[in-house]
Amino acid sequence: MDWNQFFFVVFPYISLALFVAVTIYRLVYRPFTQSSLSSQLLERKRLYWGSIPFHHGITWILLFHLLALLFPKAILVMNATPLRLYLLELSGFALGLWALVGVVVLIWRRLTTPYIKAVTSTMDIIVLLLTLVSVITGVLTASLYRFGSVWFTGVFTPYLWSVLLFQPRPELVEPLPWLIQLHLINNFIILAVFPFSRLVHILALPLDYLIRPWQLVIGMRDRKNS
Amino acid sequence: MDVRTHMSMIFHLDKCIGCHTCSVACKNLWTDRKGAEYMWWNNVETRPGTGYPTQWENQEHFRGGWEKKKGKLDLKLHSRLEGIFKLFYNPSLPDLRDYYEPFTFDYQNLFNSPKKNVQPIAEPISMITGDPIDIETGPNWDDDLGGSNIYAKNDLNLEGLPQEVREQMNELERLVFNYLPRICNHCLNPACVAACPSGAIYKRDEDGVVLVNENDCRAWRMCVAACPYKKVYYNWNTGKSEKCILCFPRMETGQAPACAHSCVGRIRYMGVLLYDADQIPKAAEVSDDELIAAHREMILDPFDPKVIAAAKENGIGDDWIESAQNSPAYKFVKEWEIALPLHPEFRTMVMMYYIPPLSPVVSVTEKSLFRLDLMQEDYDFELFDRLDAARLPIKYLANLFSAGDEGIIRTVLRKLLAVRIYMRRKTVHGKVDSVSRKTLAEAGLTEEQAIDMYKMTTLPTMEERFVFPNYHREMSIEAMLDPLTHKGEVGLGYIQQPKRGE
Repeated sequence: MDWNQFFFVVFPYISLALFVAVTIYRLVYRPFTQSSLSSQLLERKRLYWGSIPFHHGITWILLFHLLALLFPKAILVMNATPLRLYLLELSGFALGLWALVGVVVLIWRRLTTPYIKAVTSTMDIIVLLLTLVSVITGVLTASLYRFGSVWFTGVFTPYLWSVLLFQPRPELVEPLPWLIQLHLINNFIILAVFPFSRLVHILALPLDYLIRPWQLVIGMRDRKNS
Repeated sequence: MDVRTHMSMIFHLDKCIGCHTCSVACKNLWTDRKGAEYMWWNNVETRPGTGYPTQWENQEHFRGGWEKKKGKLDLKLHSRLEGIFKLFYNPSLPDLRDYYEPFTFDYQNLFNSPKKNVQPIAEPISMITGDPIDIETGPNWDDDLGGSNIYAKNDLNLEGLPQEVREQMNELERLVFNYLPRICNHCLNPACVAACPSGAIYKRDEDGVVLVNENDCRAWRMCVAACPYKKVYYNWNTGKSEKCILCFPRMETGQAPACAHSCVGRIRYMGVLLYDADQIPKAAEVSDDELIAAHREMILDPFDPKVIAAAKENGIGDDWIESAQNSPAYKFVKEWEIALPLHPEFRTMVMMYYIPPLSPVVSVTEKSLFRLDLMQEDYDFELFDRLDAARLPIKYLANLFSAGDEGIIRTVLRKLLAVRIYMRRKTVHGKVDSVSRKTLAEAGLTEEQAIDMYKMTTLPTMEERFVFPNYHREMSIEAMLDPLTHKGEVGLGYIQQPKRGE
């Protein structure tokens, strides 16, 4: 087995298997451990400059990645006009930089604030470093190998689908430059680490809050009048 | 009519001596854990003072409670969509320094210190970082500091008081303060429940206890900011919110909550209140001056046959109705109308009530100080007619307990004073004269009521102070479970250790 085979066929399946199985186990049988583990109570000034840029930046970028995976044609149609292509690329690049600023501030905060050190685990640092590598390789790819939003749909969309549909086609990503390959591998590492880390809080995004009733009452009485 | 039941606590502030026994009992039982050191589910504040966390009543800063936006009642904290966007950073969340940094002392140094020319000391260290710190504040740092420039003067409830009254409250000879014990108010319209994006906080139907399901909590910490009383706390170690649980495991077994049970001054009463859930939305929306009336209206008469019938339809058992009929809470809140909610203007519809303090019994006249507890009856009547001369200004109490309505406080204080005057005639003079009867009538009380109030205030037994219904835990969901599920656990122990997630 050569390295390409390992990184682009075997490892994706290992990380996907871990991601799915362990995440489900953790959410169902260890619900107490799922938490965003906010440290705003202990330190808030640096968090402001780290958390807001990072989360807003990374959320939109992940959303764009997801859109390119699900609706590649729509992205291509949108990019048909150069102006729209430039706008998409530029905003993606800006969001990436924003997230980069955020993650750097978050790492600095975690390593230097005594209050934050008190609640820092090894996994927290691993997660932050993996995120840093992802964001840096992502931003570099966006600036060195233009235009990502065009070739993503031709390379990554079919590759990711081939993995998801159990017909892996590693030949699609093998010829890519090492920087882009690193971005891909690093993200599979993140996927593998996901269920063992605080990253599971992403799945707790409480969108049902938008529609649920204000008040929640739980009881065992059989009420007739309400 | 949608009749429901609620366990309510009454705080008789006249009897509170500010000893913090309640706080310590609660701390020992529930919050003596890593991450919870700074939490005081029960705390006692000196008033006027800034409270704990500092200036918690300042809703322009902390944005707790409800407010009317475009005629509709809405969270002051956020709209639903805003709530999602503020997950990453919530500007209204109190900082640890708004409470205090929990500390201990390095006692080991007393034993391990190398030989020196000076005595070793136990240095204060932070319970979070373990580093030495300068202790700057604590949960009751303003204890007994009535008149202080940094605490008493910055009490937000002094708003609306004339400047001369404020200055008078700070004069050394006329200093005045009272105590305010606080727990979670277990509101009928809780802002914490409404603010929780995960829907992890809920209200128990049977007794109204508001609880956090820690398995559902995801540390978005909106509840901490949304509670106008700042009675939901964030455990920085486990990454979960925690709050007063009204000692429900104790109540379910017929015992009073630890704070109430341990109360030295016996200021606390507990009992069932029946209320009409259909009236909550209306009662939460009325204008400030109608809040107390609407709140009282919502509490139902447990002797009314219509109420009893409606209660039974809602699955409320005979023993709960009987318990509601014997409830001291009902007597104080509805029958005598002397117990008031704390800050009703936050519109969370609190279910813990306070009897405003009549003491300190010293008041000011033009000539000099005069004392209410002396045997000179004239003074009694003088104060009865001139409540404005009371040393704790009426307006101050009104800002605390009646959304600024002085009339309600006057009515309550006149009732309390009338009972005192009446009972003094009766016990000291051996007979009741027409003047004290007239005073009672003016305060709106009958002699029978006065004697009941006196007995319930000064002579109640434990069983009269705490009236608990049968919780029928045998009917609850646990009865259907395999009993071995919880084998090996102690009390309400966790199936899994409450360990911080990675």
